[in-house]
Amino acid sequence: MFHALADATRRDIVTRVLPREWSVSALAREYPMSFAAVQKHVAVLERAGLVSKRRHGREQLVRADIDAVRRASSVLDHFEAIWRSRMERFGELLAEPEKGTDP
Amino acid sequence: MTVIDIRKDPENLRMTVTAEFDAPVERVWQMWDDPRRLERWWGPPSHPATVVDHELAPGGAVTYFMTSPEGDKYHGWWRVLAVAAPRSLQFEDGFADDSGTPNPDMPVTTANVQLEPRADGGTRMSIATTFSSLEQMEQLVEMGMEEGLKAAMGQIDGLLDAA
Repeated sequence: MFHALADATRRDIVTRVLPREWSVSALAREYPMSFAAVQKHVAVLERAGLVSKRRHGREQLVRADIDAVRRASSVLDHFEAIWRSRMERFGELLAEPEKGTDP
Repeated sequence: MTVIDIRKDPENLRMTVTAEFDAPVERVWQMWDDPRRLERWWGPPSHPATVVDHELAPGGAVTYFMTSPEGDKYHGWWRVLAVAAPRSLQFEDGFADDSGTPNPDMPVTTANVQLEPRADGGTRMSIATTFSSLEQMEQLVEMGMEEGLKAAMGQIDGLLDAA
């Protein structure tokens, strides 16, 4: 549950910082959580290579790397095809009569 | 069998596949637990998998290789993080060198498998695969996901187009 919530928050942060820069403090006002918690989510996204941060006076400004988000999507498309075919074989195998290790 | 949902979540570098089967949880679990069954679905038909070690216990290892039509072998490994038979399995999945030794410079993904019994006796299975960084994901693409897989992908693309 916590993970699902964290995922949703990060997805939302990326969506917000795709079209324009946001400060971490402005982002923090958008969620029912502490500044530190939002900062942590931003740090995860930064480590993932999806957003970058820069300092502007006292503010930290966050923006998404559009290209990076696109590339991540294309790798996942690749993975989708692999897993679709795995699940197809998985299902076929399960549908075989239960006969232990017969070919 | 129906793949009921594939959720791609690029912001979290994660993909979650959910499928339902008309088979009880115990039988679905065997597909992971029995190396002879596992190797029949893990690799594409053009690159059949051979499972060597198979220890589904915390810290245990699963090692395998896939053989291309030309006879080239592509080695892979899992490190089991957690297991609760017949309901859940978490493992890291990576590449190995030709001797089967894990290659630390190659990308590692984490998989989280959950099996849920359905009221009608069937099973709902979800598999979440997570990458640790975009850089790592790109490395996989650059490697062509292993040349063999790339070829197999071409066939799958063909099938999907035809569908």
